[in-house]
Amino acid sequence: MSASSAFNDEKGGSSSVGEPEYGHDPASGGIFSSDYKRHDDLKEMLDSNKDSLKLEAMKRIVAMIARGKNASDLFPAVVKNVACKNIEVKKLVYVYLVRYAEEQQDLALLSISTFQRGLKDPNQLIRASALRVLSSIRVTIIVPIMMLAIKEAASDMSPYVRKTAAHAIPKLYSLDPEQKDQLIEVIEKLLADKTTLVAGSVVMAFEEVCPERIDLIHKNYRKLCNLLIDVEEWGQVVIINMLTRYARTQFLNPNINESLLEEGGGGEKTFYGSDEDEDEDEEEKEKKAEVAAMAKRKPYVMDPDHRLLLRNTKPLLQSRNAAVVMAVAQLYFHLAPKAEVGVIAKALVRLLRSHSEVQYVVLQNVATMTIKRRGMFEPYLKSFYIRSTDPTQIKVLKLEVLTNLANETNISTILREFQTYIKSMDKDFVAATIQAIGRCATNIGEVRDTCLNGLVQLLSNRDELVVAESVVVIKKLLQMQPEKHSDIIKHMAKLTDNIQVPMARASILWLIGEYCEHVPKIAPDVLRKMAKSFTNEEDIVKLQIINLAAKLYLTNSKQTKLLTQYVLNLAKYDQNYDIRDRARFIRQLIVPTEKSGALSKYAKKLFLALKPAPVLESPFKDRDHFQLGSLSHLLNAKAGGYQELPDWPEAAPDPSVRNVEVKESVFTLLERVTTLTSVPEWTKCSSREKRKEKKVEKPFYSDSEGESGPTESADSESDSASGSESGSGSEESGSGSESEESEEGSESEEEEEEEEEKDKKKKKKELKKPVPETESEQSSEEEDRKIKRKSKQRKSDSESESDEDEESESESSQSESEDSESEIEVKKKKKTAEMKPPSKPVKKETKKEKKEMSLLDLDDFEPAPSPQVTPVNTFLSNSLVTDLEGLSLSDSVLSPATIAPSSVLKNYELLHRITGEGLSVEYCFSRQPFSPDANMVAVQMQFTNSATSDTKNLHMEDVKLQSGMRVKEFPEIELLSAGETAMAVMGIDFCDSTQAANFQLCTHTRKFFVSIQPPVGELMRPIFLTENEFKKEQGQLMGMNEITEKLTLDAKCRNEHAIVQRVTTAANLSRVPCGSDKECRFAGRTVTSSSLVLVTVATKEEGAAQLTVNCEKMVIGTMLVKDILLALTQ
Amino acid sequence: MIHSLFLVNASGDIFLEKHWKSVVSRSVCDYFFEAQERATEPENVPPVIPTPHHYLISVLRHRIYFVAVIQSEVPPLFVIEFLHRVVDTFQDYFGVCTEAAIKDNVVVVYELLEEMLDNGFPLATESNILKELIKPPTILRTMVNTITGSTNVGEQLPTGQLSVVPWRRTGVKYTNNEAYFDVVEEIDAIIDKSGSTITAEIQGVIDACVKLTGMPDLTLSFMNPRLLDDVSFHPCVRFKRWEAERILSFIPPDGNFRLLSYHVSSQNLVAIPVYVKHNITFREGSSQGRFDLTLGPKQTMGKAVESVLVSSQLPRGVLNANLNPSQGTYTFDPVTKLLSWDVGKINPQKLPSLKGTMSLQAGASKPDENPTINIQFKIQQMAISGLKVNRLDMYGEKYKPFKGIKYMTKAGKSVLQRMHIVNCK
Repeated sequence: MSASSAFNDEKGGSSSVGEPEYGHDPASGGIFSSDYKRHDDLKEMLDSNKDSLKLEAMKRIVAMIARGKNASDLFPAVVKNVACKNIEVKKLVYVYLVRYAEEQQDLALLSISTFQRGLKDPNQLIRASALRVLSSIRVTIIVPIMMLAIKEAASDMSPYVRKTAAHAIPKLYSLDPEQKDQLIEVIEKLLADKTTLVAGSVVMAFEEVCPERIDLIHKNYRKLCNLLIDVEEWGQVVIINMLTRYARTQFLNPNINESLLEEGGGGEKTFYGSDEDEDEDEEEKEKKAEVAAMAKRKPYVMDPDHRLLLRNTKPLLQSRNAAVVMAVAQLYFHLAPKAEVGVIAKALVRLLRSHSEVQYVVLQNVATMTIKRRGMFEPYLKSFYIRSTDPTQIKVLKLEVLTNLANETNISTILREFQTYIKSMDKDFVAATIQAIGRCATNIGEVRDTCLNGLVQLLSNRDELVVAESVVVIKKLLQMQPEKHSDIIKHMAKLTDNIQVPMARASILWLIGEYCEHVPKIAPDVLRKMAKSFTNEEDIVKLQIINLAAKLYLTNSKQTKLLTQYVLNLAKYDQNYDIRDRARFIRQLIVPTEKSGALSKYAKKLFLALKPAPVLESPFKDRDHFQLGSLSHLLNAKAGGYQELPDWPEAAPDPSVRNVEVKESVFTLLERVTTLTSVPEWTKCSSREKRKEKKVEKPFYSDSEGESGPTESADSESDSASGSESGSGSEESGSGSESEESEEGSESEEEEEEEEEKDKKKKKKELKKPVPETESEQSSEEEDRKIKRKSKQRKSDSESESDEDEESESESSQSESEDSESEIEVKKKKKTAEMKPPSKPVKKETKKEKKEMSLLDLDDFEPAPSPQVTPVNTFLSNSLVTDLEGLSLSDSVLSPATIAPSSVLKNYELLHRITGEGLSVEYCFSRQPFSPDANMVAVQMQFTNSATSDTKNLHMEDVKLQSGMRVKEFPEIELLSAGETAMAVMGIDFCDSTQAANFQLCTHTRKFFVSIQPPVGELMRPIFLTENEFKKEQGQLMGMNEITEKLTLDAKCRNEHAIVQRVTTAANLSRVPCGSDKECRFAGRTVTSSSLVLVTVATKEEGAAQLTVNCEKMVIGTMLVKDILLALTQ
Repeated sequence: MIHSLFLVNASGDIFLEKHWKSVVSRSVCDYFFEAQERATEPENVPPVIPTPHHYLISVLRHRIYFVAVIQSEVPPLFVIEFLHRVVDTFQDYFGVCTEAAIKDNVVVVYELLEEMLDNGFPLATESNILKELIKPPTILRTMVNTITGSTNVGEQLPTGQLSVVPWRRTGVKYTNNEAYFDVVEEIDAIIDKSGSTITAEIQGVIDACVKLTGMPDLTLSFMNPRLLDDVSFHPCVRFKRWEAERILSFIPPDGNFRLLSYHVSSQNLVAIPVYVKHNITFREGSSQGRFDLTLGPKQTMGKAVESVLVSSQLPRGVLNANLNPSQGTYTFDPVTKLLSWDVGKINPQKLPSLKGTMSLQAGASKPDENPTINIQFKIQQMAISGLKVNRLDMYGEKYKPFKGIKYMTKAGKSVLQRMHIVNCK
């Protein structure tokens, strides 16, 4: 009881704890008090309100985990903090949770709801991290929740979340293999993903869950090949290894002819040459001849897909990552035609300069390769020379490679090198060198005697190990030609007095016994000595003594009968049962008694049969049946989960399984419009292939990456492929290119058809729309207006002479006038589609977007040629520069800015004429993409000098910004003469906030403090969504991300056009096509964070309407609602 | 893939463990310790050790073993390369990668490991991304953190991982825009006892320290790109451009990174800028031996050879050495028999030499091993291969950066001269 009271004191009577004291073992208070106390204060800290205390506690807990200390009793205290606001605390709690959840399943469930909430978070990174932790908690009860979460995340619009989903798949699989079928479905879906971010992770999941489902790869094969170079390093390794296996099942052996020759040439004879062999040989030959004939009949042609794989992996040999290089090397070794395998040698030799662990693995693989393809590494012989600074295991492996590389021509150099190695101070290495010399001697007949002499010299070496190793090797060599070398045998017999190494003694004894006829005098003497020391010998030596005795007894029984008896008697009582057995067996065999059976007659034949010389083989022989670079290959044993490298198929499976329907990639925009029944399948495939091939030629990374990148609005539309095509197109041929059109003619014709159909549909839809005016009226008005506009344009604008010109211009410069013009162009085209020369599909797409807008925004075509000279120029020149570089990183070509209606630009005053002393500055948000930095909002400024004197050196200075904001200053205006006007464009990254950017506007004499504050509507850029996509996205932005407001529309604003106009004026959004006539939808993304902004205006009776804004950023959403409300009600 | 990671110090203690899947008992490391005992030298522990249920793959860096536990087939290089990347990251974060540094920063280490692997599969290994996720500890930040209770974890989640250019973080800003490139060439060679070169190769790297605002796009061209025989690139380099024009075009990561490493071909043309003359003799019947070593410069194009350090493992029979250096200092460790001579700078007028006697164990036989001399040196402002950067241009940003290029040649891991010991009667 006293102990327990002491425990009470210790607690300081803190009644707040309120635990009944008997709950504890009284002893623990005494013995583990310090421990207990420490955890106690940790708990207190975790319960406190201060983040800093919590953090401190979590840090200490993590340190405990790191040291391997058990911290599981803190679980309840820690798990409470899972919803903590502080990011670091949160992360550390995650670390803890993942570590201990398995042990405390019930408590772990408390945290699940937090993650489930996180899964719905509008921020993609939070969604991803929630999924990551949720899937890492190994609690079986939540398997269904995980499954659901993975499924949902697999169709998330953010590629990063999808990547996390791919990562989660193997986690769930290891937790519950029952889910396999469902998981395969998810894998299948993710395999079709077109982003590089996802590719590596999903293939990893594939390899862990269903590596046998090779059929899932077919459709994605080409895509994987093409994406490969842009995938992150680790993903590359996994993909390459998987594709190696895939290729082995799908393509024909490219070496089919060579391998036959090889086998035919290297007809190794088996040791025990007999009659049977010949028969077999003949049979084999027949077979080979048959196969060869077959091969001849059908010359080998490499499948283009096979070629694609080889071509796309080759650049990766230059990777800085050794694992990637090795992966490519093994792919080439297993898949490439013999003539091409050579390219990997250089890269592998390069890896030899890396860390010793890397060298170790690479050398193992090189050793295997050198056996099959010696020639490949011969030029690099010297790279395998051994340095005294190498670790022993590396030395031994290099020796192995050198031995494999040895042939008649280079053997002398190699032997000279070996000689220096023998004098090395590393004895293990010396021993290995002697072995290597022995192998060279057996393999290359010319140097056998030289080697033997050299080895014999080593017998007088002072180091016993060296001598012993030499003896063993000499023994093997002597077996080849014993009669020539009886003096060596004699010499070795003398060594028995000195050499103590058991293996060497055993070898000498065996030699003497085997060739006792060559040394008739010495042999019995050796036996005599051995009999003396028999009891002290090692087992292996004892066995050989018995052996020697038996052989001598058979050949020279006079001299050795007694000795043999003696030895056998000693052996009879040996401790080792092997030796006792052997003695008994031999006695029965050689000593004739009445009982001895028929065998003793053959004793001599049994013991002194001619034995074939051993073949000294590399331990790496035949290791290549394991996939090189694999763990199994390294260990020469099958590791768990190893996937066999299948043999080449006899006949190639149907290559058409890899064909991908073009529809998916090129025509995504048209997906919902028509089916493709009219277009024959094969045309699509071929053109697709052609273009893929072109894509391969592109620079290391390219626009395609940008297109498929997560920040792009395009990614959810899965039109990244088409986007990338356009990127490459523009890259190759500058801005506007007719040159390519002929090439892709057939395709764009298809496209044209599509488009037509689409147009028709569009029109139908348009027609269905009940607009205040009647249908016919409107359409005719439409036409009229267009014609008018057209003529106007023709007059004013001389630029637009040829169609192509127009196209290129409308594509790259997005000024309003051209914009409208191209619309007319499209209209015209629509009528005369068949006669038009086919043009690039991409351009059409952009045009289509424009057209779509034009159909909706016809009212906007006021002849407002807004002065955009400067921005256009900078834009053009910029893109030109980058294009010339061939490196264009901006995706300006597809930039949706063209969609923006022109007249909505509103001018704001930056500097009034009076305060500016004659200089006035106005600015507007031009809604053009700001090409130097896509995250910036372009602000177009108009400077007017209404003073009488010139203003010089107009520039900005002293920019004051909120944190995170950035400004790209406008280029200095050197001179602004009196009465003149100038334009300039600057970029501001507002970080999606309406904070003002403050700066000084400086002239050569004065400085003016000015500030630019953006309306919330200018912080976004329009994106193109289809109706379905819109609905999907909207569905994901419910709850707190949705703001709904009821309103009464302004009297002038009750028709659709007016609504559209007012909304697009208030915010830089694009119209989303909508089936219902009572709803107008708009979509955009914030410029900096690319958060989606969706706006819906649903009209009801008598001007009542409901405005809904869905946005990840709630602040933006709220402000936007206000702005749009204002715009619609006034 | 990677199941768990154990860090083991030189004395065989596990001082950190991290598990990415279920916990693997640390007793699995017993197999590793066994192998460690068997190995004569620390670096001779096999990198891959099979155990009944797991495989241990380890790397040794800075006298710490990083032991990864894996359960099923995985390319061993994948794990090894990853472990090295981990070490590099630690070094990047803490300046050094020692046991003390890791223990001091155990929370950061844990956070890093958590980000680098997910379920054993590499997630974020790019240093630029990691630094956005977890800020490296600096003295200032540590102080601020302790006072204000703020954190090392980045407030904003990294954009780099999601961007087109995953190796570069966005929103980089500098007041001084600088780009420095160091061309460092290392010679590795084996020289035979008479002084002729058996094999020599030049391995070069271009290390960059780029501190540029925004998203600069750089191109770097060489006067003589044909020298480069075999190259490997940082992922930022556009491969096709190099193939076509032999120009390095890239958007650099922020901070320090290795732009490329290359190998210079033409093995015979490599001139080793230092030569060694040696003469070691032992006389029969005497326990003394004579030792004589002279160094001299060779084809250095007028540049000084600096930081010369000569070291050699003398034969085991040598008890002690009594030597007299004409310059610099020497040490001889009678236990490891390691002789090292810190020469400093070579003066071509007065060649440095090291002369004296060695004493052998009385009655011991004369050594018959041939030791090797390992030579270290540095030559500033010269790339031995003759590689020259032609120009560096920047596109995509408007400012003018400060550019600097530095050349250096040094001995690699091994410039080895084989020695010959003469035993006279």
